Amino acid sequence: MDLTHPPEVEAFRAEARDWLARNVPAAPLPSLETAEGFAAHREWEALLYAGGWSAVSWPREYGGRGADLERWLVFEEEYWAAGAPARVSQNGIGLLAPTLFDHGTPEQRERLLPPMARGEQVWAQAWSEPEAGSDLASLRARAERTADGWLLYGQKTWSSRAAFADRAFGLFRTGPAADRPHQGLTYLVFDLRAPGVDVRPIGRLDGKPAFAELFLDGVFVPDRDVIGEPGQGWRIAMSATGSERGLTLRPPGRFLAAADRLYALWRSAGDPADTALRDRVADALVGARAYELFTWAAAARIAEGGRTGAESSLNKVFWSQYDLALHETALDLLGGAEAELVDGEWAQGWLFSLAGPIYAGTNEIQRDIIAERLLGLPKGRR
Amino acid sequence: MRFLPTEEQTDFARAVRALLAAADVPAAVRAWAAGDFAPGRAVWKRLAAAGLFAPAAPEAYGGAGPLPVELAAAMVEVGRAGMPGPVVETAAAAVLLSRLEGGPGAEAAARFVPRLVAGGEAASLLLPGGGPYALDADAAEHCFTVDAAGRLRAYGGPRPVGVAAVLRSADPARRPARLAPGGGEVPAAGPAVLAAARTAGDWARLLTAAQCLGVGEALLERTARYARQRTQFGMPIGAFQAVKHRLADTLLALEFARPLVWAAALSLDAAEVAAAKLAAGGAAYGAALTALQVHGAIGYTEESDLSLWLRKARPLRDAWGTPAQCRAVVARSWPHARRGTAAP
Repeated sequence: MDLTHPPEVEAFRAEARDWLARNVPAAPLPSLETAEGFAAHREWEALLYAGGWSAVSWPREYGGRGADLERWLVFEEEYWAAGAPARVSQNGIGLLAPTLFDHGTPEQRERLLPPMARGEQVWAQAWSEPEAGSDLASLRARAERTADGWLLYGQKTWSSRAAFADRAFGLFRTGPAADRPHQGLTYLVFDLRAPGVDVRPIGRLDGKPAFAELFLDGVFVPDRDVIGEPGQGWRIAMSATGSERGLTLRPPGRFLAAADRLYALWRSAGDPADTALRDRVADALVGARAYELFTWAAAARIAEGGRTGAESSLNKVFWSQYDLALHETALDLLGGAEAELVDGEWAQGWLFSLAGPIYAGTNEIQRDIIAERLLGLPKGRR
Repeated sequence: MRFLPTEEQTDFARAVRALLAAADVPAAVRAWAAGDFAPGRAVWKRLAAAGLFAPAAPEAYGGAGPLPVELAAAMVEVGRAGMPGPVVETAAAAVLLSRLEGGPGAEAAARFVPRLVAGGEAASLLLPGGGPYALDADAAEHCFTVDAAGRLRAYGGPRPVGVAAVLRSADPARRPARLAPGGGEVPAAGPAVLAAARTAGDWARLLTAAQCLGVGEALLERTARYARQRTQFGMPIGAFQAVKHRLADTLLALEFARPLVWAAALSLDAAEVAAAKLAAGGAAYGAALTALQVHGAIGYTEESDLSLWLRKARPLRDAWGTPAQCRAVVARSWPHARRGTAAP
């Protein structure tokens, strides 16, 4: 058992650190949840791609570096420590791309992955519907067969990035739900600017029009844009949400960097006599380390052929609770009057952290999964 | 990088686990609480013969160490079994004395360490900054103390002299002893003793964290089993979300404490050890509260074996480092604050 990287991984780290030091914008980009910010973040993705850093874990033929899990986690450490911009392409790179590697055809990978890596095509998710949230399998938006493809009808909602994105991926019903709602679902991708798509942005709690409702009325999807077998969409999508909850959505580097900023804030602004706040800062330091170490153990198991399954639900509950607690501590360090000012970095982070226990599968659903699959408790009514 | 226990590390812990599973530890715990140490010491002798304490001391004293990862992994099993006695204190005493090699305490080290490591003898231990009571001093052959001035005292005998009173712990199988001032012999004193005491204190804190992990795992395993079997309203209570989610949170806390314990064993850095103790102690005590609530009234009884772990969790959470002490160490000397500390 060890916690040291071999020299070649440290060399990779040094290369990433050097590139980031020379290329990360000195001033923060405008928020990616605005039209102006979205465009600026696209340009950053193109710059990342030019340096070979936009999708380090992909094979070289698609614009990646073929980095293994250890290197990818090291890259993320450096990325967040450098204060680099949020990833506008995250939905595509973190969710759709793993699905394409597992279930897509070579043609689909060649067609979809390089523009994703360059930031030319930014992807939105189309999972939830007004009547299908935690009970996702009860979804009703449908794809009807036509001569050479499918026609989409129905409504999707809480579609992250959709206000400004180019394309979307999601699940649609192609067979009857009957009493087996997980069957008859198909995973497909579609163009957000195609005829029949109406994108209506929704203002979030942070005041940004960052996600959207999608109204779909006869949107044509060619056969080549179906991922995997029609009717197998649930299984295909779950393999992606597994990685979403697991290692790819929230790499530890993000929280290590946040904990370090909190520690710096406490050392500069904290009252040494306030041991209650000191204790919460200590908890934030320990929590980030715990998350990092938990991830290194998971990465070692995966490297030896293990899989992330229900363990990724532990991961999701942990980071989402952690992120909220960390930002609350930061706001308390700033003091009430400063904390209220919503344009502050910590206030923005706090507002975003409020959504963590909800998206990517609510923490209630995750706890059900933990209890049933890891502790062997019986299934019950939700 | 491979942050997982090796085959050998797992094998050692598995052997300790098998030995303890084959012994009737619950009966030994109850006897220990009643002042009959014989059944517990019989298990102890078998553990020592199997090499439980060997990772605490170097080969020169009959050990195989220092191997903190191996010892921590074994200590998880000690906690899981609910093993009574000053296991942590004996291991930490072996570390303390071993560190005096080559100095004025070398003679004491040569005299005592082999008896602790391979001889099946037990020791209680008091260190500067640690708790004021010597755990199970009336059940051990030895008691070692280091005071703030760095004076090492060794009390020995069939039962250590110097025990003024045995106090009652929330866990009846823990016997905190107040020592009479002075007495014993003073084999060594000075800065070298204080340095050795700091190291031994970190080991004691680490090993208690590992023990907490095992206690928490035992509580969770029993409670999950109970939730699968106990039926109310026509279904197992484990089918109810209120029960499920509490158990899920208990597992979460234990699973995120475990890698902290491993990392602390790898580095023995004071802040990492404090982090491990904070997380594992909190997770074990949380597991105890969950176990009690899910079991309901039967959990609040002495006759249920659950009580053997339930009452251990809170004293262990505080032993060799309360949460407040551990947080203070982390805030003072966190070694990982290296990324981006110049930002806002």
